[in-house]
Amino acid sequence: MGLAYLTLIPFIGAAFTAFSTRLGRYSSAWVAVVAVLSSLFLLWPLAWQVTDGSTIVQHLPQWMPELGFNLAFRLDGLALLFSLMILLVGLVVIIYARYYLSARDSMGRFYAYLLLFMGSMLGIVLSENILQLLMFWELTSLSSFLLISYWQQREEASRGARMALTITGAGGLAMLGGFLMLGKMAGSYELSDILNGGEAIRNHALYLPMLLLVLLGAFTKSAQFPFHFWLPNAMAAPTPVSAYLHSATMVKAGIFLLARLYPALSGTPEWIWLVSGTGLVTFVIGAYIALFKHDMKALLAYSTISHLGLIVMLFGISTPLAVLAGIFHIMNHTVFKASLFMLAGIVDHETGTRDMRQLRGLRRSMPYTALLTCLAAAAMAGIPLFNGFISKEMFFAETVEHGQHLGLAWLVPVIVTVGGIFAAAYSLRLAHNVFFNGVTPDLPKTPHEPSRGMQLPVEILVLPCLVIGIAPSLAEPLLSLVVGSTLQAAVPEYHLAIWHGFNPALLMSMLAVAGGILVYSQREKFFALQTRVDGKLEAKILYNGTIRRLFAWSSAITMNADNLSQKRMLWILFVTAIGLGFYGFLSTASPLVGDRELLPVDPMSAMVALIMIAAAISTVLMHQQRFTALVLVSAVGLGVALTFIKFSAPDLALTQLAVEFITAVLLLLALFFLPQTTPDERDRWRQGRDIVIALSAGLGIAGLSYAVLTREYTSIADYFITNSVSGGGGANVVNVLLVDFRGFDTMGEITVLALAGLGIYAMLDQLKLLSPKQDGDGRPWNPDTHPLIMATFSRLLLPLALLVAIFILLRGHNLPGGGFIAGLVTSAALIVQYLANGVEWTRSKLPANTHPLIGSGLLIAASTGIASWYFGYPFLTSTFSHLHLPLLGDFELASAMAFDIGVYLVVVGTSLLILINLGLIHQISFQARPSKRAVPSSSPAQAAQVPKPGKPNHKKRWLPKRHEARQGVQAGRRKPIMSTIKRGLPWKR
Amino acid sequence: MEAMISILIGVLTAGGVYLCLRSHTFPVVLGLTLLSYGVNLFLFMMGRLVIGKPPIISDDASSYADPIPQALVLTAIVISFAMTAYIIVLALKARNEMGNDHVDGKDVR
Repeated sequence: MGLAYLTLIPFIGAAFTAFSTRLGRYSSAWVAVVAVLSSLFLLWPLAWQVTDGSTIVQHLPQWMPELGFNLAFRLDGLALLFSLMILLVGLVVIIYARYYLSARDSMGRFYAYLLLFMGSMLGIVLSENILQLLMFWELTSLSSFLLISYWQQREEASRGARMALTITGAGGLAMLGGFLMLGKMAGSYELSDILNGGEAIRNHALYLPMLLLVLLGAFTKSAQFPFHFWLPNAMAAPTPVSAYLHSATMVKAGIFLLARLYPALSGTPEWIWLVSGTGLVTFVIGAYIALFKHDMKALLAYSTISHLGLIVMLFGISTPLAVLAGIFHIMNHTVFKASLFMLAGIVDHETGTRDMRQLRGLRRSMPYTALLTCLAAAAMAGIPLFNGFISKEMFFAETVEHGQHLGLAWLVPVIVTVGGIFAAAYSLRLAHNVFFNGVTPDLPKTPHEPSRGMQLPVEILVLPCLVIGIAPSLAEPLLSLVVGSTLQAAVPEYHLAIWHGFNPALLMSMLAVAGGILVYSQREKFFALQTRVDGKLEAKILYNGTIRRLFAWSSAITMNADNLSQKRMLWILFVTAIGLGFYGFLSTASPLVGDRELLPVDPMSAMVALIMIAAAISTVLMHQQRFTALVLVSAVGLGVALTFIKFSAPDLALTQLAVEFITAVLLLLALFFLPQTTPDERDRWRQGRDIVIALSAGLGIAGLSYAVLTREYTSIADYFITNSVSGGGGANVVNVLLVDFRGFDTMGEITVLALAGLGIYAMLDQLKLLSPKQDGDGRPWNPDTHPLIMATFSRLLLPLALLVAIFILLRGHNLPGGGFIAGLVTSAALIVQYLANGVEWTRSKLPANTHPLIGSGLLIAASTGIASWYFGYPFLTSTFSHLHLPLLGDFELASAMAFDIGVYLVVVGTSLLILINLGLIHQISFQARPSKRAVPSSSPAQAAQVPKPGKPNHKKRWLPKRHEARQGVQAGRRKPIMSTIKRGLPWKR
Repeated sequence: MEAMISILIGVLTAGGVYLCLRSHTFPVVLGLTLLSYGVNLFLFMMGRLVIGKPPIISDDASSYADPIPQALVLTAIVISFAMTAYIIVLALKARNEMGNDHVDGKDVR
């Protein structure tokens, strides 16, 4: 479990850091440090267990064993190296960022994101299951998106973050496909099995497609050509982020993957060509472009790309010694590149610019920074006595020895040497251009040495560059351990030393350094050449073009389907549905009518059905008279309730009745604010078309219903009916289904209900509506809103109604009733109070804020479900027992009852929330009315008298306050409003 | 009886669809209400027409109506209430912001 905890700690730490900013600005940095130290503390004992080359695999309880998706963690040499890099460099970066971030930046947010990233990264390197690895892989893409776009106000930050997410996200998707194939080939998603199944995997017919997909994931993450361009654009991130993600950790995730899967995938010609070819191209192109970047961070970004290419190429060569060199370079690159990024950050922080055309001669004002930069840059250039020299020389040696795999024996070493020349040149430029090269010009800030807090992290990282460079054998134990676990085989004989005698590799090193100095001294000529082709060769342009085209296509498709008209979308939807239905019917030979025995029609049912049909048709015919139509539609609703009773569904009838009442009140409230009549349709053709659509829909549904109703069927209902009493402890099967068998569905449904309520609350917030003075026929509304008789009676009725509600709730498990119905009845009872006594009076007696009610309802329902975990059962397992109470007799108590109470509270809370808030608006608009002057009414007769629009005071009326505040931001939305106002009273045709 | 109920569902659906295609918000709300009556009845009828056998276990009853469509429809009724409420408030908000009660905010041709 230790590995799981140590991965989890940064995630927990992220939550704490986000809150800890309340305790002071720097507390979040402390929390982050504590999180990292705790992870290190947990890693420590485990690390000693794997030093002998063994592997720790820890399985968590199975998650989805059917899919081969288990949570499992793995620690071996390779995972240990990366965990140490992630945690130690992370620690250093945390200290650095504490001093780097300015007072305007939110520290808590920064550290929370950083820890999220750290946890995801640890997850990648410690995963045993590759699907789990992929999950963490995607998490790093997401958390790095947050980190890159940390300075949200900067356009280039969000653009860079989007680009990084697009590229790495697309790579992750490809990798998912690759991993699924890999898992099928190996017969398991566990790394232990995959690493042992290399033979079968490499001989599989689908090896190449799988390899391509996995490599796509690795190459996008590690910024390999041609996916490299996201990395320089990600430099919009704060420098600590660049130092951490873009040198030490995230970009190394792709390389980690190559190393991790090396025993399973490597050694085939496909692997050698794809991996080392990509690496070679990336190495040279990255080094070349880096020289011409004037931004210090951009130079470092391209140099990172180049070094990553170098490492990738070494893995592609597929010999044990090449892998050894690759892993050694991973370690070396991490320390010198992270320190260089931090140094670039220091220069930026203290001078205000990173532009190397302005920066020069800083050694006078920042001598110590200059020294540190020279040391780290020397390591990057591959100068002897620095760590970069040793691994780079091993790289040169490998290319000489195994270059023939890739073609002409001499060509690869030559190309590599050219890359080395550019690498030496840009390293030299970074140090010389900034710190020497003349006198410092006027800079945005007066340069001076940074605080100790920013220097210390750099010192920590530069020290190993020197130590390993002078005494390389110190790195041998760790390196052997890591290489052994990477190869899953014996480590080859090797010895790290500065001096190997005169050999081609040494010659290449010397050529690279000498050539680098030469190129740098002639840099003006190269710059002049480069400016001519600048911008033409960048993959970024291709990317931008592709993205632009994609957007253009998708918006063209969208606009073709949707011209922002609801009517049009709806009729397309209806016609499609009807067409599909009729097509399905016509393309089968089965008869419309089945052979089920039909029920006879009794006169009462016929009458109800006729009334419903008449009411429905009248609703349609009279829909322009809105109030009349509302009454008619309610009549239909009551008919539906009667239908439910007739056909053995008492629960539904109760629900329908209660909902009918609440809906009617709601529609009445809404109707008050809307025009009282609907104007005539002008377009007869369209009306005809709609009639045809409606009639075909009705015909189709009627035919379908008839076809279903006349056929026999088999149902799974028997199970529920048989087990309702014995398993759910209730006789009312519908209620037992809702709160027990399908309790999880109900849980979702009440959540939807709560969300709808909150959405309505949010929409009504700050909404100012105008109340008309008269109804559609010009009659004034009655100012006497609360008739005395109704008020008195409703108050008397309330206790009784609540008693009924509780009765319905309690008996629901065995007889018609339950949480939904009881909730609706309670709401109805309370709404009557509002109607009869007014909002003000009722609010003084009852709280208007029903959010706690909704929240507690959801909590009760959820905790009933969770409680069953405590007893070792799955979520929402219910239990029940029989109690014997004096007087009341035998009494059944089911845990589902608690769940039903949760449902009850949510229903009451939501329906009250909706109606009270709408009622409050009503109240406000009523109170406001006398003080205002003539308000435009929506009736046609009134509207005709209203003066022409355009008067300023008239405009404001229609804008809610909050909207006014947002006008500046949402210019797009403002336009239609203003234009409708200019056009004239738009609600009047 | 089956034919009568089928016609009833058909009429409710036709009326609902027609009203949904109107261009002002209130008829659309009415249309959705009618349509949801039709849909709820249709779903409910999937358990076939059974008279006098509510799914409440008792020693006297020998068979019961299918409780599954009933449970589905019960929540559907409540959810469609919430959605109706949501759409009504959306209509009010649109009226307020657009200045008219047209479903598209303006008459789109």
